[in-house]
Amino acid sequence: MSWIVTNLWLIPAAPLAASLIILSLANSRRSAAAGLAIIGQIAALALSILAFLPTLQAPGYRSVHNFTWFTFGEQTLRIGWMIDPLAAAMLFMITLVSLCIFIFSIGYMAGDKNFNRFFAYLSFFSAAMLGVVIADSLLLLFICWELVGLASYLLIGFWIDRPSAAAAAKKAFITTRIGDLGFFLGILWLYGGSGTLLFYDGGNGCLEKAGLLALGASATFVALLIFCGAVGKSGQFPLHVWLPDAMEGPTPVSALIHAATMVAAGVFLVARVYPLFSFGAVDGVTPSLTVVVLIGTITALMASLIALGQFDIKRILAYSTVSQLGLMMVSLGVGGVAAGMMHLIAHGFFKALLFLGAGSVIHGCHHEQDIRKMGGLRRLMPISFLTYAIGMMTLSGVPFFFSGGWTKEEILHATVHWHVSHIPHYLMLAGVVLTALYMTRQMIYIFFGNRRAASENAHESPPVMTLPLIALAICSIALSVVLTPAWPWLHGYLTGEPAHFDIALLVQPMLFVSLALVAVGIGLGFVMYGKAGREDRHRTAETDPLEHVQPALFHFLENKMWLDEIYDRTVVAWSRMAARISDWMDRHFWDGLVRGFGGLGQLFGIFSANFDERGINVGVDETMTGTRGLGRVMSAWHSGQIQTYLGIIAVGMLALLILYAWLA
Amino acid sequence: MTPTLTLFLTISAALFSIGLLAALSRRHAIFILIGIEMMLAAANLNFVAFWRFSPQPQPPIGVMVAIFSIAIAAAEAAVGLALVIAIYRHYRTTNVDQLDQLQG
Repeated sequence: MSWIVTNLWLIPAAPLAASLIILSLANSRRSAAAGLAIIGQIAALALSILAFLPTLQAPGYRSVHNFTWFTFGEQTLRIGWMIDPLAAAMLFMITLVSLCIFIFSIGYMAGDKNFNRFFAYLSFFSAAMLGVVIADSLLLLFICWELVGLASYLLIGFWIDRPSAAAAAKKAFITTRIGDLGFFLGILWLYGGSGTLLFYDGGNGCLEKAGLLALGASATFVALLIFCGAVGKSGQFPLHVWLPDAMEGPTPVSALIHAATMVAAGVFLVARVYPLFSFGAVDGVTPSLTVVVLIGTITALMASLIALGQFDIKRILAYSTVSQLGLMMVSLGVGGVAAGMMHLIAHGFFKALLFLGAGSVIHGCHHEQDIRKMGGLRRLMPISFLTYAIGMMTLSGVPFFFSGGWTKEEILHATVHWHVSHIPHYLMLAGVVLTALYMTRQMIYIFFGNRRAASENAHESPPVMTLPLIALAICSIALSVVLTPAWPWLHGYLTGEPAHFDIALLVQPMLFVSLALVAVGIGLGFVMYGKAGREDRHRTAETDPLEHVQPALFHFLENKMWLDEIYDRTVVAWSRMAARISDWMDRHFWDGLVRGFGGLGQLFGIFSANFDERGINVGVDETMTGTRGLGRVMSAWHSGQIQTYLGIIAVGMLALLILYAWLA
Repeated sequence: MTPTLTLFLTISAALFSIGLLAALSRRHAIFILIGIEMMLAAANLNFVAFWRFSPQPQPPIGVMVAIFSIAIAAAEAAVGLALVIAIYRHYRTTNVDQLDQLQG
């Protein structure tokens, strides 16, 4: 076992240490804070590469380092960390994308007075996520998982003076907590069933044969409960509502949440505990996996529809994240674990690119986020435009040059082989068209046509912001090298099968299908929105072309399918009512009970006070008075008069004499 | 009247009582000293009387004790008078009623 496996903890420890040091710095030492955060991230990146190397040695490499955390009674709790291709690839992606985001933040947050706090939280966020990835114990994973939730809460609500940011932070925290409750129950059930929370432990882990057999049929329920956690974290229907609201945070935070850390955690979790999901599979189908496919399909389609009706540049991207995560879940559910993870990694790069590009646009447009007020930025912000276009095409899944195209195709491949139904496959194809459509719409609004209100005085961002964009754009394209069917290196790396180079496999029928779908989507986008982009300058409140044709449908989408309102009327209202009932119970019933007990205590207190006052106190007082009186009497004899003393002596002598005479 | 031991002892007891009365009742320190001297004299008289009326009165024993006692009484009177003078210098009085420093 190499050195890095026993010391994997150093990877999250580096950014964590950076975070703690930054928190202790004075507010004025901005460059020190940014420098520390970036050094921490570079250290984590270097260690991740070091951890990556041993996994290349053999296909399906896996190395764990477990140790006893603590012992209570008979029970020993062991945790540990592990490195396998899945973790190594995630580590590499997270650290690299985070590094780009950190560098971008220097430019984006330059004017913020809480610059240091921001970098401390960013480092903490990335540390928590790295902890999730290296965990070899469901407990350790859960701890880091909650830390990720905490970090996201701190960062979404970073601008604490904005009530909407505070509300969004709370919403994110509470919504994910609903999922985490299920997750926690799953952990307990798993521990009860298999007696261990270690994933891999030399044959005794809960994901290995013995552990799974001990669980038996309950594996399905455990898997579904754990999936609840993933639904919350990865913004799957019905717990996706926090993700668009999380846009209240600074844009680099959105990039971090949507690309590298938070939402990736859910998909990663499902991939990590995949043996639980697939235990007892018949033809690769289990009830729990079917649920995953169902949720993923609903999420993917719903989110890409809603994205069509949004005007906030970041919200569109947020919904695209939700839909892409749904796509990944579908892929995992139909058995394409490698395809799902490949898409997650590619998504990490291009979604960070898109969000940072959006950040650059927002920065250039003086913090305007409404795409209706932008327009014509193509010439004003050429670098942002080019990199954004690359990101958009990657997300849309334009085949051949862009990593997203290859991974999406891989997922479509996986869905077509699913035995249960072909509906998800066709819905995913529709999702591809929709994705291309809404991204084209966004591009046209922002970069094409005439300039509008916010883009009048727009300017290109400084190099500290454009360089990370360029780096991420290059990554998004370059990643395709290891993704093509001709040389599916990453696929082989993740599944443990050796990859062979075969140029003949490069062109597959699916390639033409996705090419056609993307072309339809982008073409449709240009037809529908091309004219809207060319509308008069200074106009902001133009109607959306879709609104023209289908006002009802558009409002349905613009208002996010009324889901927030439905939740507000149902779940939130119910819980509010429950809270009111509890409040009443508290005030009137429990309070009375407590008051009753309090009164009893008071009575006892009065009794004991009286006893003290009347009994003990008076007794002591009397003793004191007696002693004092005795003292007074005795002291009266001490008159200091020698003659009195002498007289007393004489009387005493006389008395003794009389006694003597009488006795003798 | 023939001198008997009882007679001497009676005189001695009377002398002691007079001295004690003087020591207890007089307020002037010097009178108290005189009273004490009288009680010492009564004790000396007892010594001499018991010697004179003992079965074999050896010549010097009783008288020697009495002479020693008188010498000690002289020293005691000197010390007592010195004390009285010192007290007077300190308190500007020799009235023992006012000398209550021993009071607790």
